[in-house]
Amino acid sequence: MSESILEVQNLEVFYGNAQAIHGISLTIEQGELLSLIGSNGAGKSTLFKSICGMVRPRSGTINFKGQTTAGLSPARITEMGIAMVPEGRRLFRSLSVEENLILGGYVRRPGPWTLQKVYDVFPILKERKDYPATSLSGGQQQMVAIGRALMSNPELLLLDELSLGLAPVVIKDIYELLPKILGEGMATILVEQDVTRAMQVSDHFVCMLEGRISLSGQSDAFSHDEISAAYFGT
Amino acid sequence: MEWINVIVQGVLIGGLYALFAAGLSLIFGVMRLVNIAHGDFIVGAAYLAMVTITMTGLHPLLSLVIVVPLMAAIGYAIQLGLLNRVLGDDILPPLIVTFGLSIILQNVLLTTFSADSQKLNAGALEIGSIPVLPGVDIGYMPLLTFVAAVAIIAGLQFLFYRTSMGRAFRATSDDGEIAQIMGLDNRKVFAWAMALSMAVVAVAGVFLAIRANFDPFMGPSRLIFGFEAVIIGGLGNLWGTLIGGIILGVAQGIGAQIDPGWQLLAGHIAFLVILAVKPRGLFPRID
Ligand SMILES: Nc1ncnc2c1ncn2[C@@H]1O[C@H](COP(=O)(O)OP(=O)(O)OP(=O)(O)O)[C@@H](O)[C@H]1O
Ligand SMILES: [Mg+2]
Repeated sequence: MSESILEVQNLEVFYGNAQAIHGISLTIEQGELLSLIGSNGAGKSTLFKSICGMVRPRSGTINFKGQTTAGLSPARITEMGIAMVPEGRRLFRSLSVEENLILGGYVRRPGPWTLQKVYDVFPILKERKDYPATSLSGGQQQMVAIGRALMSNPELLLLDELSLGLAPVVIKDIYELLPKILGEGMATILVEQDVTRAMQVSDHFVCMLEGRISLSGQSDAFSHDEISAAYFGT
Repeated sequence: MEWINVIVQGVLIGGLYALFAAGLSLIFGVMRLVNIAHGDFIVGAAYLAMVTITMTGLHPLLSLVIVVPLMAAIGYAIQLGLLNRVLGDDILPPLIVTFGLSIILQNVLLTTFSADSQKLNAGALEIGSIPVLPGVDIGYMPLLTFVAAVAIIAGLQFLFYRTSMGRAFRATSDDGEIAQIMGLDNRKVFAWAMALSMAVVAVAGVFLAIRANFDPFMGPSRLIFGFEAVIIGGLGNLWGTLIGGIILGVAQGIGAQIDPGWQLLAGHIAFLVILAVKPRGLFPRID
């Protein structure tokens, strides 16, 4: 039996009085790739932010490697081994490409990822290392965001909408690099608007609808119609 | 020759204004905080230097060895203990808190030191000067102040763009939320920024106190000079701040040359003219 690295139980998250997540439970095993799908406003990003400690859940528990993350600062959670590529990339615009990457390694977790390794996977970033990060093309910026997250040598990587705003060919390039990125046995949760692609690349999936889980299971175990019904709530 | 002298002296005093402004600019750049008490801290640093000199007999410039770290520590503590608690999406609470700090500081200084004006005595440095042209002499102190301003701005520039601390400042300023998931602690980053700002405040305070008389209530007008230098130069640009200080100094000098009563007015007019022509200052970096 493989060991689960992350366990979320009965999570409830509010923004003011508005509830964004209504009791979500999920687990992810070491080295697994889990796809998280759901339409706009389903609560995917909110779930990620809760896991990272950017948003404080009202109730429920999040255990990472058997330890609760409740009350820990985002910095402390990153030190424990969780990294996120946030929705919309959110690169530091007054930092160069290389400075963005270096900052990603701020917590100095030991592991396979170094500046050099990131440049090996994304050679274009080495060429552009002294450019302001936000002067790069969308696809290259996404590479910086991925590299920045990898630099902390996470054991759990959260990828929020990698393909947002990118041209199809660029999306294809990034997904082709995914095995190389995840090759080190990292557990990964992937949020992706393109459901077909999300299902292809993942082992398991979770579909969210209005803050609840509407369907979950093995990615190849459901028909297109079943998933579509869970996605749109019809 | 008279006008050359006016301009030279104006440039030199611009260095002092840049010292007033640099700490203000730094804090605004890192945490979008407008520190209304900035000028009062400058005056506070002058009194701290005065006490230090009385107790140790040090030369005013040497008192910096004690006043700079002390002010930095005070800045660090105030940020952690007070300002971090009110910083947030709303810019009003920190504004009100620093306004309150300004009033408290003035009154603490008043009750401790009375309203009598004071001055630090730098001895021979104050009277020596270098003749550069007939009718144009550069005093040691104004020259030293200007050199200190340039050195401090160059140092801050280096720190901001070439060190890991500067990287943390810029990242936190760009996106504090994401900086935190990189492992930075915003509260500590802000505290270091305030410490640095107050270290510069200490230098500004000592140079101010050597140059002129000071009393508990002269902080707000130094704040205005600082503000004007920052805005003229363009937000977020430290070299711009130096140029802003120089423009202010030269404008005041020209005003005073025409009519002694016009000194301050001329500075404000220069500021308003630049604001009207270039609302974001001459060399803005922050949108
Ligand atoms: N900062 C916020 N303040 C208030 N409400 C928010 C905030 N962020 C998200 N919400 C609300 O919480 C709900 C979930 O949003 P969330 O961003 O988690 O959804 P999502 O599944 O990531 O959507 P998308 O596919 O558009 O990225 C939405 O109703 C949204 O309006
Ligand atoms: Mg989202």
